[in-house]
Amino acid sequence: MTDVATQTFDYASQALALAQNIDGPDWLADLRKDGQQVFEGHAWPTRKTEHWKHTSLNALTKQDYSKLAGTGALSLDDSEAQLLYQIADLEALQLVFVNGHFSEALSSDIALDTVEVVRFSQANDTQQAVIKQNLGKITVNDEHLFSALNAGQLSDGVFIRFLKNKKTDQVIQVVHLTTSGQASFSVNARLLVVAEAGSQGTVLESFVSDSGSQSALVNSLTECRIEDNAKLFHYRLQLEQEDIVHIGGMHVQLNAGSQLESFHVGLGGKVKRVDVVVNHEGSGAHCDLKGVYLPQNSQHIDYHTCIEHKVPHCTTDEVFRGIMADQAKAVFNGRIHIHPDAQKTLAQLNNRNLLLSNKAEIYTKPELEIYADDVRCAHGATIAQLDDKAMSYMLSRGISRQEAEVMMSFGFINELLNDLAHHPIQEKLRPILAELFGKDDSLTRHIL
Amino acid sequence: MLSIKDLQAKVEEKDIIKGLNLNIKPGEVHAIMGPNGAGKSTLGNVLSGREGYEVTGGTVEFKGKDLLEFEPEERAREGLFLAFQYPVEIPGVSNLEFLKASVDAVREHRGQDPLDSVSFLKLAREKCKAVNLDQNFLKRGVNEGFSGGEKKRNEIMQMMLLEPSLCILDETDSGLDIDALQVVADGVNSQRSPDRSFIVVTHYQRLLDYIVPDYVHVLANGRIVKSGGKELALELEEKGYSWIDEEVV
Repeated sequence: MTDVATQTFDYASQALALAQNIDGPDWLADLRKDGQQVFEGHAWPTRKTEHWKHTSLNALTKQDYSKLAGTGALSLDDSEAQLLYQIADLEALQLVFVNGHFSEALSSDIALDTVEVVRFSQANDTQQAVIKQNLGKITVNDEHLFSALNAGQLSDGVFIRFLKNKKTDQVIQVVHLTTSGQASFSVNARLLVVAEAGSQGTVLESFVSDSGSQSALVNSLTECRIEDNAKLFHYRLQLEQEDIVHIGGMHVQLNAGSQLESFHVGLGGKVKRVDVVVNHEGSGAHCDLKGVYLPQNSQHIDYHTCIEHKVPHCTTDEVFRGIMADQAKAVFNGRIHIHPDAQKTLAQLNNRNLLLSNKAEIYTKPELEIYADDVRCAHGATIAQLDDKAMSYMLSRGISRQEAEVMMSFGFINELLNDLAHHPIQEKLRPILAELFGKDDSLTRHIL
Repeated sequence: MLSIKDLQAKVEEKDIIKGLNLNIKPGEVHAIMGPNGAGKSTLGNVLSGREGYEVTGGTVEFKGKDLLEFEPEERAREGLFLAFQYPVEIPGVSNLEFLKASVDAVREHRGQDPLDSVSFLKLAREKCKAVNLDQNFLKRGVNEGFSGGEKKRNEIMQMMLLEPSLCILDETDSGLDIDALQVVADGVNSQRSPDRSFIVVTHYQRLLDYIVPDYVHVLANGRIVKSGGKELALELEEKGYSWIDEEVV
């Protein structure tokens, strides 16, 4: 038997080889080729690469990610799978991918007159044209190594188009489920959302796994174009268990008067890294970006956000909060870049972190780059332990120290959950997140 | 109920309580008055076991037990309640969850079963009404964005829910207008009973028009320097605190 622990793999070469053997639609061939070329030309990030300074990709060399997953029998049946991502009382239609493969059985039939949802591989000529017009245009492959790789390995993906001036409450949920009991594999996930002018819709991205030992590397990339006066609610719930490696990207273009309300949850993993890039391209756009990250044990998670204010009169409200337990490590890098023409920008970024153990680590860095003179910008980052005064107060009411810790830690993120526009999503997340703080029911009974 | 003998305590290396004696029987209301910096608030904090308040001498017996041996949360469960001068805001923790956690902890200690959510909600609503707080305050974060008066009423509501044996009101009147003062005082008076005692810490006599004490003590320089009936409060109101300093000297 080979000693897996000492074997190492050349991930970059493997990934490229995998890309070159992808069997995908011909009309995406140019995109693939271009992605492969850009990926090949990229230098592999090291600790000296600024944007990867605190996140090592070493884990990618520890397992063999050269193959896609097989489509054999799963470790769980359909109803067990549904429990992982379905949200009670939420009107949602699902597209479900299991280990990167589309699951007809788990997915809903979607026929609405407000929104079109189609996989790339099933797209008709008109849809193909819109996809080609947008795909890879909102992210910049030259700047994002894993965007280039995602394009290079593109075989399928999901296209969601909210139709002009139509509003829908129906949530479109795209699920990526990874399962245990497989040899290690790569998943390449791609989502394109176009919210046409005056439309309004909701996209929920769920990344889940069963509780068994995982061996997947997920590279997921989402691009959103939000046209004039459209509004997109977006949730990205990254809830897979800790053996997973996940590199994610979300790249958004906001046109005039459009709005994005985006909420992120990140549990930690071997390596998890998400880049969120929002480009204000049209005057009067508003970006509301919120998120929580909660690594534990020896998990790692990294959020890099970048808001590009390119035009005047746009606003950004960004809040991320993290709670690091045990020996976990988190990285938060929040950049707001205000270009010379972006006068009258209002932007604020707030990042607060709670360390629950003296071995936990957080690297937080707000970055403001301002080249316009008539703007209002604020940023702040804090790292703290639980508030002593609040603790004294809870103790003075007879609540035990352990329970008070759990209630206050949960309260720290619950403040953001309380503001979510979709209540059923709050209800789904609360017990999942509460469980992270108190494994014992006697400690969580008052927060659920 | 409570017997304090020669209590000495310090905060941040500074001696604040310097040999305090006080005996309280069940059902009595004791007012503690005194100038700023006399150690009034320190007394409440020391008794509730707040971190940072170090007892350096003396004894405190509460219902026959050595109070100083207990952790702060155990003191609360034993039936000691401190209404804070500055109630703390805890965003993200709903007032209702907080109240239920607190009541459950105390009930558990008394060997009672926890209340189910429906009964508790009903009870909490009742108490809200009693202190004239809108029910929405149950859903909000603990004290989050409450006005000064709302915070104090929330304290009284907690007191009503926890049914303690000894209530210490730490300058509960500070920052209250007359109407709010009336509500708070009515709340306190409704809780007076033969087996429940009160320590009312206040700077002004005004509160004692509403909550009429059995005894009034003047705390100065970490000691009780004068004790009397409710008429002592009126005398203090009239003459200020300086004459006591002179008398003591």
